[in-house]
Amino acid sequence: MATQQSTSANPKVNYEYRRKKAAEEMRKHVTSFALMIFVTLIAFIMVLAGFDKTFVYPVLLALAALQVVLQLYYFMHMSHKGHGAAALFLYSGALVAFITILTFLTIVWW
Amino acid sequence: MDAEQKFTSRTWPESPEKTTLEGKNKFLGFWLFLGGETVLFASLFATYLALKDKVPSDDHALAIDMFELPLVFIMTMLLLTSSLTSVYAMYHMKNYNFQKMKTWLIITVGLGLAFLGFEIYEFNHYVHEYHHTFTSSAFGSSFYTLVGFHGAHVVVGLGWFLLLLIRNTNRGLNLYNAPKFFLASLYWHFIDVVWVFIFTVVYLMGMVG
Amino acid sequence: MSTVAQKQGFLAVLWDYLTTVDHKKIAILYLISGGFFFLVGGIEAMIIRIQLAVPDNNFVSAGLYNEILTMHGTTMIFLAAMPLLFAFMNAVVPLQIGARDVAFPFLNSLGFWLFFFGGIFLNLSWFLGGAPDAGWTSYASLSITSEGHGIDFYVLGLQISGAGTLIAGINFLVTIINMRAPGMTYMRMPLFTWSTFVASALILFAFPPLTVGLFLMLFDRMFGANFFDVSMGGNTIIWEHLFWIFGHPEVYILILPAFGIFSEIFATFSRKRLFGYAAMVFATVLIGFLGFMVWAHHMFTVGLGPTANAIFAVATMAIAVPTGVKIFNWMLTMWGGSIVFTTPMLYAVAFIPSFTAGGVTGVMLASAAADYQYHDTYFVVAHFHYVIVGGVVLGLLAGTHFYWPKMFGTMLNEFLGKITFWLFLIGFHATFFVQHFLGLMGMPRRIWKFLDGQGLNLFNLISTIGAVFMAVAVLVLVYNIIITQIKNVRVGNDPWGDGRTLEWAIASPPPFYNFKQLPLVRGLDPYWIEKMEGNTKMTPAEPVGDIHMPNNSFIPFVMSLGLFIAAFGAMYQVDWRASDGESFVWAIPVLIIGLLITLGSMAVRSLKDDHGYHIHKEDLLKDDEGGRE
Repeated sequence: MATQQSTSANPKVNYEYRRKKAAEEMRKHVTSFALMIFVTLIAFIMVLAGFDKTFVYPVLLALAALQVVLQLYYFMHMSHKGHGAAALFLYSGALVAFITILTFLTIVWW
Repeated sequence: MDAEQKFTSRTWPESPEKTTLEGKNKFLGFWLFLGGETVLFASLFATYLALKDKVPSDDHALAIDMFELPLVFIMTMLLLTSSLTSVYAMYHMKNYNFQKMKTWLIITVGLGLAFLGFEIYEFNHYVHEYHHTFTSSAFGSSFYTLVGFHGAHVVVGLGWFLLLLIRNTNRGLNLYNAPKFFLASLYWHFIDVVWVFIFTVVYLMGMVG
Repeated sequence: MSTVAQKQGFLAVLWDYLTTVDHKKIAILYLISGGFFFLVGGIEAMIIRIQLAVPDNNFVSAGLYNEILTMHGTTMIFLAAMPLLFAFMNAVVPLQIGARDVAFPFLNSLGFWLFFFGGIFLNLSWFLGGAPDAGWTSYASLSITSEGHGIDFYVLGLQISGAGTLIAGINFLVTIINMRAPGMTYMRMPLFTWSTFVASALILFAFPPLTVGLFLMLFDRMFGANFFDVSMGGNTIIWEHLFWIFGHPEVYILILPAFGIFSEIFATFSRKRLFGYAAMVFATVLIGFLGFMVWAHHMFTVGLGPTANAIFAVATMAIAVPTGVKIFNWMLTMWGGSIVFTTPMLYAVAFIPSFTAGGVTGVMLASAAADYQYHDTYFVVAHFHYVIVGGVVLGLLAGTHFYWPKMFGTMLNEFLGKITFWLFLIGFHATFFVQHFLGLMGMPRRIWKFLDGQGLNLFNLISTIGAVFMAVAVLVLVYNIIITQIKNVRVGNDPWGDGRTLEWAIASPPPFYNFKQLPLVRGLDPYWIEKMEGNTKMTPAEPVGDIHMPNNSFIPFVMSLGLFIAAFGAMYQVDWRASDGESFVWAIPVLIIGLLITLGSMAVRSLKDDHGYHIHKEDLLKDDEGGRE
């Protein structure tokens, strides 16, 4: 079980820097959380307001997509290095997922 | 064993979840698993969308009759907040602060339990108020299967957090358990991602009609 | 910890295999159980052919025929072809990339035992009231009305073994991404590793829809749900879609590793590097990608509409392009090579025309308008047996001969191997070639008997005679295996003499830690490069040091056993409820006990630390001096 230091060769030297970076990132997390709450509120309000569904559906889906991107890239750290393979497979899965759902909305007879 | 090696907050590596080869393998394997889970939930969503409001006769309740925004809103807030608290836990994990990590994880578990409580109340409500059950119609089967699968994931996630907390209460962080905590929190975020689609596609779009 | 193997008693060996996490031993487990199920599926095939040998035959009853037909397909796909491929993947892939084991040795073992118990569960249906009888596709409208527990065995058995397959897929992906030796870049990976990689990715995305489909079926049959019950608002097309979203990638999961095995064989026995390596890799990935876009060509006659049919027809035909690239590259690999016709090479050469024939009928079937005529006739049966037997099974037989020395340290007899080859090849074409014409004459598939005087007698008889040839070929192979293991003549690291890839650079079978020092990879076909420079061994990439190894574990076996037990409970609680709690009172307790065994062993696994152990440098060096036994 070889212990390898990935990016920073000597963690002691980088200690202060890392702490600062982590704290900064945490602030970003809180910001994105606020954004997620905001987006959720808009979604619920739109439904309450009773707009037409041809308008509401696409907006709701776009807001959901935005929220998922925030989760993936901030909360799940996909913006960090070393997530290439993870992203490749997640997006491949998302593609298969999209095709599956599209199929069931169009060619299941009714 | 260097997996059990003691660290201080200064010697603790930058990405403890990926420092050992085992950690790296688990990290990647778990992401791949989430890729597969995406397709699993897509199949359930697809089934739900194909069977939404498909009931044998007119006296069965439909989506628009049953769903209530306040309840869904509370559940959404609980799960979203629990996602943030587990991020806090991982923040402290990376800073080698075991006590704070534990505290935030316990808060996460609490929020998850609250979510689960509301979900059980909700299901119970539909069954008794609208006679909307797992066996009453194809709509019922697909609704409870999709939302229930998500609920089962919540249960697994809570069990995972609790097992990890119990096992490691007095051990502190090391390179053997750090990847485990990290993966459990990834799983928790993924559960939240699925919920985002559930509240959007099932509840909000169901309310619009 | 000495690595010198010792004479062990039978029980010790059994215990070793029950608890092993070594990829080479798990490979042997897959080979034995896959081989066993292959024989079972083969016997079922023979019964089918005997029943259809002459018109109006009464060898088996109609109901039993349906069960045999269903079990033949299900067994061959899920319990024979895939495990046998996993056997070679496990045995070879870690060696080819220069790794000491797979990424998750524990999960590797868990994957095997899940598959094993799922397969046993499915086959127990024969003794417990009848096997599934709705075809291997188990279409919903038919399968939800099937009496008895046959379909329940199908659903639960495949659910358990499917979980094992998914685990195996993730394991190979992580192994290949993370565990490559120094210098083993993606574009230096042998083709078998590449095809394993793509097939594993397909497993990752194709098995979840099957899991969901099986769950829906399970809920409908055992827990009163209504997914497929039209009178309750259900929709049977959902099953068809979910099944084929899984089912079509599944055929690529089977064929791609076979392509990989053949690519290794062509290069080795033509003594040339594989022609168009980069194009081969690209074609493999492209086939994997397109494999997900074509499933509805199984459903052309469902009535999805001309637009959907046209899209899926075009996508299906597109797959012929990368496949054609591969066929030509294999031929150009042989072109100008100094070819040796060993048994594996004979299979490889025979594979090209056989598989191409299956590919051509595939393009015929892909044309949606024409498919209305071919659909559900023996033409389809001929087509998929040409691709699966002519592709996958020939690949498995070739792989058995090719990799046997690496797995067991002995060489299968070449003379007997060639007898098997010729008998099998002749038998295969005799069986299935005429079925094309039977289909075009209008003989429906899955039919129990046919009548005299319809011009179907002769071709059906020829088909049955061909099947006998294949059966004899398999018996010769079994005999070959037995005498080879009795004689036990040990061979060296590179018994074919022309090995190109890393697995041939180490002993046969390899020591349990594989590479004492991880090798330095300097290009495609790394062992060949070293040989051309006059080296007998790989250049090491690291000094001799301690090697970290995982501990054996009995937990995977127990975990899988728990699900196996729980499955009986899930199945018989239906009878318990039907009898108003009069009989089968044990069903629910058994379900709970089974799940508790599984969950309990998961908890043990997570609460008990398992750090593995180290083989010390001194022991490794001592091994060298003493040599292995």
